[in-house]
Amino acid sequence: MPPWMLRCQVQEKFRLCPGTMRQDTFEGVYEPQPVSSSPPPSPSRTAIALVDVIEGARASYLWGLLGWQDIRRRYRRSLLGPFWLTISMGMLVAALSTLYSALLKVEITDYAPFLVLGFVVWTLLSSLITDGCATFTGAENIIKQVDLPLSVHVYRMVWRNLIIFCHNILIFVVVAVIFSVWPGWTALLALPGLALLCLSGVWTGLLFGLMSARFRDVPPIVASIVRIAFFVTPIIWMPELLPGRAILLDFNPFYHFLELVRAPLLGQAPELVSWLAVLGITLGGWLVTFALFCHCRWRVAYWV
Amino acid sequence: MSAMANLQLESVTVVFPIYNASARSLKNRLLHHGTGGRIGRGAGNRLCVRALENVNLAFEHGERVGLIGANGAGKTTLLRVLAGAYEPVRGSVRRRGRTASLLNISLGIDAEATGYENIMSRGLFLGLRPGQVRERMDEIAAFTELGDYLEMPVHTYSAGMRLRLAFAVCTCIEPEILLMDEWLSVGDHAFVEKARRRLEEFVDRAGILVLASQNFSLLERICTTGVLLDAGKVKARGPIREVLREYRQAA
Repeated sequence: MPPWMLRCQVQEKFRLCPGTMRQDTFEGVYEPQPVSSSPPPSPSRTAIALVDVIEGARASYLWGLLGWQDIRRRYRRSLLGPFWLTISMGMLVAALSTLYSALLKVEITDYAPFLVLGFVVWTLLSSLITDGCATFTGAENIIKQVDLPLSVHVYRMVWRNLIIFCHNILIFVVVAVIFSVWPGWTALLALPGLALLCLSGVWTGLLFGLMSARFRDVPPIVASIVRIAFFVTPIIWMPELLPGRAILLDFNPFYHFLELVRAPLLGQAPELVSWLAVLGITLGGWLVTFALFCHCRWRVAYWV
Repeated sequence: MSAMANLQLESVTVVFPIYNASARSLKNRLLHHGTGGRIGRGAGNRLCVRALENVNLAFEHGERVGLIGANGAGKTTLLRVLAGAYEPVRGSVRRRGRTASLLNISLGIDAEATGYENIMSRGLFLGLRPGQVRERMDEIAAFTELGDYLEMPVHTYSAGMRLRLAFAVCTCIEPEILLMDEWLSVGDHAFVEKARRRLEEFVDRAGILVLASQNFSLLERICTTGVLLDAGKVKARGPIREVLREYRQAA
């Protein structure tokens, strides 16, 4: 079923108020509606935003293709293509784990798998946020021409980064074989962790995408915060090395997301506090973002 | 074609906020509030451009509409409103029928991908499923007359060849409403003729065509109705020849 037909059905379900935008009505005759000078009533905006998010998710054939296209465009005409991602991550991690295991006086058999996972998950986490800033500004051309759900651009961004993650995680497999790391069935716990991470990636993409479209200072601010976060989050250093259990860990949202994926793959179940923190951030983030999205979704085409 | 297509615009007003460098930055907004409006005075008085003002239009099935107006009269904005990309600040838009817009031939074009791949992505942007694009692939490929070039990356194409690709996709998806902006300027004579026949077929199947152009002879040949825009307002609407005459006299 084509998306316009789908939208029509969903809109009927939500009974959009007449007189607002986005009227792809297929039934009934045209009746002039009273024109209000104020912005359209809020219930319909919520419904439109909801339709946008749901319908965008269902257009997986579109964002799936676009996400792959992004990757292919980056590596077209190169021999190894996206496997350059894997290789460059591998080289980075090989160099760093040799150096830092000596600096921090940790066994390389423990350190290398830890560092690889930290880096790979961090790459996903940080690019979900920084790429999120460009979700709408980067899709200006499309937004100004067709009425696709705006969320399609966000799903495209998340999907693209998930593909990159899948290429990068191969390095962990190699390292795990070399140092004979076997996490056992606990490793499966990484999957719900990854799912929560992606779910949060959707709201950060929406939120930062909206904010960056309106305020062009947001991307540099976000980029510098993310850069600092890299150093205060245990990625190249191990949390055990931090004396006591510092605030730096418990109040660092990045740490909890990281732990949810990294710990199971190293054979440890993540702590309860991490699960709760991530669930809270995901839920809270979605509530705030959705409220904002309802409010200014229709302005995005004018902002980009 | 299932239902009769129609397009209704009622009291549509579109206002663009212009965020100049100072108003657009978060710093100024913070300064503005933090300093009681002394330093960031510029942030409060935001510029606005009224691109469309109180536009009332209704198009029925089978109408071929030519949008006429000077540069900056609001033609492209109106097309974007019709396409559903811009939601008006005030007023309502009612659209019935599947819409295909050819406002910019570079929509969804990946210059590194081949012609075939771009046909697919453009088709998806216009609302088709992958299977539906594949079904129509041969027809689209034949219409472009690009032959083996379709196997080549699009960055090797000329503007006219890209137009052929974009036009073929837009018209092969059987839209009920077709929106086009200045699209024929780069087409060669043979293709313009072919495109015109294609558009006539399309309109015979009771679709709505809205075409913005500065090419009077083209508008006269293709369109039946003319809409003259001036500074965001509809100045005239009627048979294309009369509206064109009025536009010429005013100019």
